[in-house]
Amino acid sequence: MSEHALVHRPVGGKLLTPGFVALVALGIAGGLVMLYRFVFGLGAVSNLNNGYPWGIWIAIDVVIGTALGCGGYAVGILVYILNRGKYHPLVRPAILTSLLGYGFAGLGVVIDLGRFWEIWKVPVYFWHWSHSPQLEVALCVMTYVAVLAVELSPALLEKMQTSASSGYRRVADVGLRFMDRALVWIVALGLLLPTMHQSSLGTMMLLPGPRVHPLWFTPWLPFLFLVNCIVIGYAIVVIEATFSSLAFHRERHTAMIGSLSKVALWVTLFWIAFRLIDVAIRGTLPFVTGARGVAFVLELLLPATAVGILLSERRRANPAWQIRAAILLLGGGALFRIDSYLVSYMPGANFSYFPSVSEIVLTLGMIALELAFYIAAVRFFPILSGAPAPASTRS
Amino acid sequence: MAVDRRTALKVLAGVGAAASAAAVATPVEARERKVAPPRAMGMLYDTTRCIGCKTCVVACKRANERATEPGPFADKIYDAPLDLDANTKNVIKLYKEGNYESFVKAQCMHCIDPACAAACMLHSLHKNETTGVVEYDSTLCVGCRYCQVACPFGVPKFEFANSAPRIVKCELCRHRVKDAATVVNGFTRYPKGQGPACCEVCPREAVIYGTRDELLAEAKRRIAADPGRYYQDHIYGETEVGGTQVLYLSHVPFAKIGLPDYGTKAGPDTALSVQDGIYYKLPFVAPVALYAALAVVGFRNRRAAGQEEGER
Amino acid sequence: MNSTTNLVEDILSERPGIDRRAFMKVVTMAAAAVGLSSAAAAKVVEAAARKVKPSVVWLHFQECTGCTESLLRTSAPDLGELILDLVSLDYHETLFAAAGYQAEAALKQTMEANVGKFILVVEGAIPTKDGGIYCKIAGKTAVDMLTEVADKAGAIIAIGSCASWGGIPSADPNPTGATGVPMILKGKTVVTLPGCPANPYIFLGTALQYATLGTLPALDELGRPLHAYARTIHEDCPRRAHFDAGRFAQQYGDEGHRQGYCLYKIGCKGPQTHASCSILKFGEVDAWPIGIGHPCFGCTEQKIGFRVPLHQTAEIQHATPPDTYPPIHADQKPSITPWATGLAGVVGGALLGAGYMASTKLDTDAPPDERKEE
Repeated sequence: MSEHALVHRPVGGKLLTPGFVALVALGIAGGLVMLYRFVFGLGAVSNLNNGYPWGIWIAIDVVIGTALGCGGYAVGILVYILNRGKYHPLVRPAILTSLLGYGFAGLGVVIDLGRFWEIWKVPVYFWHWSHSPQLEVALCVMTYVAVLAVELSPALLEKMQTSASSGYRRVADVGLRFMDRALVWIVALGLLLPTMHQSSLGTMMLLPGPRVHPLWFTPWLPFLFLVNCIVIGYAIVVIEATFSSLAFHRERHTAMIGSLSKVALWVTLFWIAFRLIDVAIRGTLPFVTGARGVAFVLELLLPATAVGILLSERRRANPAWQIRAAILLLGGGALFRIDSYLVSYMPGANFSYFPSVSEIVLTLGMIALELAFYIAAVRFFPILSGAPAPASTRS
Repeated sequence: MAVDRRTALKVLAGVGAAASAAAVATPVEARERKVAPPRAMGMLYDTTRCIGCKTCVVACKRANERATEPGPFADKIYDAPLDLDANTKNVIKLYKEGNYESFVKAQCMHCIDPACAAACMLHSLHKNETTGVVEYDSTLCVGCRYCQVACPFGVPKFEFANSAPRIVKCELCRHRVKDAATVVNGFTRYPKGQGPACCEVCPREAVIYGTRDELLAEAKRRIAADPGRYYQDHIYGETEVGGTQVLYLSHVPFAKIGLPDYGTKAGPDTALSVQDGIYYKLPFVAPVALYAALAVVGFRNRRAAGQEEGER
Repeated sequence: MNSTTNLVEDILSERPGIDRRAFMKVVTMAAAAVGLSSAAAAKVVEAAARKVKPSVVWLHFQECTGCTESLLRTSAPDLGELILDLVSLDYHETLFAAAGYQAEAALKQTMEANVGKFILVVEGAIPTKDGGIYCKIAGKTAVDMLTEVADKAGAIIAIGSCASWGGIPSADPNPTGATGVPMILKGKTVVTLPGCPANPYIFLGTALQYATLGTLPALDELGRPLHAYARTIHEDCPRRAHFDAGRFAQQYGDEGHRQGYCLYKIGCKGPQTHASCSILKFGEVDAWPIGIGHPCFGCTEQKIGFRVPLHQTAEIQHATPPDTYPPIHADQKPSITPWATGLAGVVGGALLGAGYMASTKLDTDAPPDERKEE
């Protein structure tokens, strides 16, 4: 495989830039909210109530957070199964994004769990096995974080290879040899698990049944979630690749992203068509009214606009349009998840939910920390590939 | 490489088709309908008998040792919950519209096939195999609140104000039951002070306690004794959401007193037929097959790449 | 029962002022006040008629003699006399004809004659500050006298709030270090009958039960007879319906006050006060605070009477529902702060703006030929 020749290098450079410090500051603000929540309980910081027991910490931090972590999954399918080796430079940063996405989603779950100290019982007492789709999600996500960490371990091991200590170097050699041999099994696991839990995330919202708006209540919800996570995965890889080359002054993979956008285009087109046909067949089109109708239309309109952009080959080759389309895809995909978990949920007109300031701050803090971790990781570890961009194109 | 890609696509398409076939097929195939255990305990509430004295609310609070809720009153001199909440497992509400009015008692319905238990990861909420009571065991509860999302009646409540919270819902006063019931003249008698507190204190037997079968028979007897007295001569909970162990008789439409027409399909039917269709109908065959397929494709691709490199 | 009747007739024939009915009523009420069953009550009546008189030693310390007065001056004629007839009051500083050494000798004699049998009744608080010098009788401090008599007593009854836990003398700043009998006689069973004054029926019932059956009523952790003190005033209050309906007197003499509404908001301590006043009253008419339009003062509760301001509202120990009902779907919407919506808007806007800015930057970054095409 040509990717064997691929060389990843740490970006290096100063870590404590003003932007990085700002991200960490936001992260600390979120951390304070988290501390407050652990001491005084969920009710003290959030607007969660007995009508809306789940808020943005679930819908954004966890449900969208794991979708943001699907870059590794989406690119992994291309590279390892469809054998498109040319996308290989995108894999390692995508897996880093995935690990961060899933890691912080896990943290989000722990913060949101009322009795988080019992969480260890989930993998230990799994023989109590209920058929709950959530148990499947929980176990899969826990395993997947570990798998992602293993998948990313070469970055750490390669760093250790350059260490001065011979002991470290020996460990690194053994580890890399093991990784080389076990790679297929690990990668296959890394592709199986998201298939399972991303679809189960959809199954989860089938359980409230009559309390879910008919526009979102479809037995195909698991499948929709699965395809949706691939769309978001591509979008996040495009965004991540573009911004990191911009931020770290690296060579751009414009052509590669262009062809990736083409894949995203067809997957999205399929998703929109499937969603519309499903709604039409189930005869729920008359429900497209009111605020929920607007949300439904928006959730289709955003990716449809992206499709409109990407249909043109010329725009597909332009990084500006690539990123605009990716942002639209991300927005539409995320909206679908917020819609299915919050907007479509109908506990009764006597309940309402809007996130509190502290909820928003915590969510922002988590995203900021994710970014900060990403920046720190690419600076210190061999994640990104390719050479720095020539000075002439730097801005 | 081209060959490999084709193989890969073929395998993927095959697996995808199988998975989607399973997913499509399952919702059509109804899940096995659950039936209440023979000694399923329940309650029968009759709006025509209830006088709204709220003795049951008081008795429930004391029997379950829950704190009071001032509700809309600023000074905490009343226990005035607006609805079921983290301190209220049982509440009397009033429906009033023009000349129609009715009291209604709200508490857990103790579904025969409960959505909350289907949602619960480790069976922290589970159905008692003998009594059919939907019980809560906090030691296995992680506080995810999926049960709250899942319950069609919005019954489980969560102690949001507590940093070590628990789920609060009616458990049919199971902590009071100690001795077995006796059958006298065909009627089951329960030791005093051991049934649900609400049923015990009700001055008009507006809510009574018994096995589901007995309660159904009693409800039917009341309907037969006075046709037209009850709305549509119907017992809410006989078939609704797969059947519940708490049954309602009402003189006003059920939808008006917070008991919407949810159909006879059990709450977790759709979700679990999808989930079970994928994972349990052929136990874990689908994920294992997918894993094998992914690994096979991966190895083929790797070998092809190795050959290519060797040729180079 | 016939013999009992005869005995009753006998005793009554000696006292022409009291009829049989009044006698039976008083004794039965007293027995009921401490929760005796009707069978046991009959036994007490029989014993009372048979003139099995319990020997009583009555000590007075820091008090107003109100408890004695309430016992003797109830509205029923000759009730006081009856009480005196039912017990053998062998030492009582207020009612004693004897004085000085003679009185002390009587005390000594009673104690010796009835060791372990007589009932010690204590009225009033006991000062403990400065060696207890603030209350002395016959040269002995109250503490010494109490411990000496209590050692020989069969049963100890602390009557009134002062004897039960200190009462008025112990109110802030408590200059004499006044305290109650149970605090002095640690480890001994002391029946406390708090109240200012204590209800005479509960006292009589306790004394008669001990004298006839040799037992004491079931007591709570504060030594109060459970039957008389287990429920709060609020639970059996004649004005309770007004509370449940939310009808309150807001101030003295207002419309609500004149209508007999609930006195909670002008400081009634009924919801916190364990006593049987709402059923037993004091005498046999409604002459008790709530009956005459005054909030309950909480005299039986150490933490309330003489501690909590008179018109401060009380904690509700067992709140019960009002007679209003929640609707089927009660509005439970949390308030949304403008800060949250603002922040959400700012964050959304910032993300969109940043995305757009970045994409335009990329646009200008593009090679010149590409830009031309745009």
